Amino acid sequence: MTPTLNLTINGVPQQIALDDPRATLLDLLRERIGLTGTKKGCDRGQCGACTVLIDGRRMNACLALALSYDGAEITTVEGLATGETLHPVQAAFIAHDGFQCGYCTPGQIMSAVGLIAEGEAGLDPERIREGMSGNLCRCAAYAGITEAVLEATREMTSATGERESA
Amino acid sequence: MNRFEYTRAETLGAAVGAEGAFLAGGTNLLDLMKIGVAAPDRLVDISHLPLDRIEESAGGLRIGAMVRNADIARDPQVLARYPALAEALLSGASAQLRNAATTGGNVMQATRCSYFQDPLSPCNRREPGSGCGALGGVTRTHAVLGWTEGCIAVHPSDMCVALAAYDAVVEITGPGGLREVAMEEFHPLPDAEGAGAPSLSPGEIITHIRLPDPGPLARHGRYVKLRERTSFAFAIVSAAAALAIEDGVITEARLALGGVAARPWRCRKAEEALKGALATAETFARASELATDGARPSGDNAAKIVLAQRIAARALERAAAGTPDRLPALPASVFAGDDNG
Ligand SMILES: Cc1cc2nc3c(=O)[nH]c(=O)nc-3n(C[C@H](O)[C@H](O)[C@H](O)COP(=O)(O)OP(=O)(O)OC[C@H]3O[C@@H](n4cnc5c(N)ncnc54)[C@H](O)[C@@H]3O)c2cc1C
Ligand code: SF4
Ligand code: FES
Ligand code: FES
Repeated sequence: MTPTLNLTINGVPQQIALDDPRATLLDLLRERIGLTGTKKGCDRGQCGACTVLIDGRRMNACLALALSYDGAEITTVEGLATGETLHPVQAAFIAHDGFQCGYCTPGQIMSAVGLIAEGEAGLDPERIREGMSGNLCRCAAYAGITEAVLEATREMTSATGERESA
Repeated sequence: MNRFEYTRAETLGAAVGAEGAFLAGGTNLLDLMKIGVAAPDRLVDISHLPLDRIEESAGGLRIGAMVRNADIARDPQVLARYPALAEALLSGASAQLRNAATTGGNVMQATRCSYFQDPLSPCNRREPGSGCGALGGVTRTHAVLGWTEGCIAVHPSDMCVALAAYDAVVEITGPGGLREVAMEEFHPLPDAEGAGAPSLSPGEIITHIRLPDPGPLARHGRYVKLRERTSFAFAIVSAAAALAIEDGVITEARLALGGVAARPWRCRKAEEALKGALATAETFARASELATDGARPSGDNAAKIVLAQRIAARALERAAAGTPDRLPALPASVFAGDDNG
C-alpha cells in the first residue's frame, strides 16, 4: 500500500503519495515537490543548509523522516516573500552581504526566521552567533550574517511592538 | 539506507513490546541508517505519543520522553531549579537539532566513535567480536574512565551528565511492566568483549525522566564543556556541578563528568571531599583531582585526564559563584566570560 502524506507547504495543503518510506523531508521537498530552495549540504544534520520551519520551529529537513511529519505545516525559503516583497530577513541578507556563493543562504535565512521567532537572542550579537551556530558557511560570510540578523530583528520587533532584549 | 516498514504508534500500549526500532526525533537513528550502521526492518514512530509534558512530581519534575531538548532548556522550572541541565542542553548540538531531539532519544543515542561510524573499521559495538578499531588509533575523543579493550567509546550526551548530577531516574515501561534505573547507572560500561549488556530489553521504552527536589542545590548549578570549537561540537570533556552552600561551607555537592566514559561519570569521592569543606578554589582543586580517580588513558589521550580536572574545577567555581539570572550567551563555554560572577 502506498501511504498518503498530508502536508501544508508554504500555506498550500498537499496530498503526496509516498511509495518509499525512506524519504526525508528534504528529499521530498526537492525531488517530489520541486522546491529546490532548501539545500542539501551534509545530509547528516551537521551544516544547516536544509533548515526549514516545521510547525513554526526550525529543524534540519535532512534528518526528518517525511512520514513522521504527516499533518505538519512546512515553511521553506520559497514561502517567505509576499509577491515581490521580500521578507525582512531576506532583505537584510541582501543589504548586509550575508552571503557569497549563496549555497548556505536559504538555510541561514530559515534559521534566522526561527531564531527571531524564538525571541531569546534579542540584539546581542554573541547570542545571535551562538543561536546561528547550526548553520555553517564555507564562504565565511558570518560577519554579514550577524549584521543581517541584527537588522531583521530590529525591523521585525519594532514592527510588532515586541520588547527588545539586548 | 535499507528499506523498512513504517508504523506510527498512537498509544503507549501500541509501542511497548513492538518489534523494530523506535523512531523519536530521528536525529541519531536516521543518521546511523544513512551510513549503514543501523538497518532496522521496521520503524515504530513513537514521536506522537502523549509523553510530551513536563509536570511537577513530589517536589521535583517529571519530564516526558517526547519533550524536545529545546523545550526542556527553556522551561522556567528547569531554569530555576536545575540550571545545569538547561545549560548542558543548550551546549549540545544546534538549535535545529535541539528542536527535534527528544529526551528519550538523547538518553538512547548510541555510544559511538568515528570508527563505529565507518563500516570498514572493526567495531565490537557495531559487529560483536570484530575487535575495536579505535585501539591504537586516533583516540583524543575516547574514554579515560570505565573502559575495557572491548570498547573505549564515550556516551556523547551532555543532557545525561547534568541529569546524573541531579540524581535523575529513568522510568521504563516494557512488556513485563514498569521499572526504574538511576541515570547514573543506566548506560552500561563495556565488558571485555565490547558494549556490555544493553540498557533496555527489546520492546522496552523510556517514558519519563524524573528529577528529585533539588533543595538548595537549585541556586548553585553550572555545566562547563570543553570543545574543539566554541559551539556545535561534542564535548572533549565536560562537567556538571551543583552545590549547596551555607555561610561559605559546602553542605551538599554533586559532580559528574562527561566525555570521559560510556556513561555520565558521577564523582563520589570528590563529592565526599567537598561536603563540609569551605567553598574555596583550593577545595575545588583538591576535589577535581579526586574526580578522575582511577582514570587511565585508553590511547594517546592522557591529556583528557588533566583537562577533565580543570573543567571540573571550573564548573565547581562557577557553581559556587551562583547560577546567573540568565544563562551566558555562550552556554557552558570556557569562554563564557562570567568567571567573576
Ligand atoms: C550534528 C550533530 C551534533 C550533535 N551534537 C550533540 C552534542 O553536542 N551534545 C549532545 O548531547 N548530543 C549531540 N547530538 C546528538 C543528539 O543529541 C541526539 O541525536 C538526539 O538527542 C537524539 O534524540 P532523537 O529524539 O532524535 O532520537 P532518535 O534518533 O529518534 O533515536 C535515537 C535512539 O534512541 C531510541 N529511542 C528514542 N526514544 C526512545 C524511547 N523513548 N525509549 C526507548 N528508546 C528510544 C531509538 O530507537 C534510537 O535507537 C548531535 C547530533 C548531531 C546529528
Ligand atoms: S571504541 Fe567502541 S565504538 Fe569505537 S570502534 Fe571501538 S568498539 Fe567500536
Ligand atoms: S543537509 Fe541537513 S544539516 Fe546539512
Ligand atoms: S555563502 Fe557560500 S557557503 Fe555560505
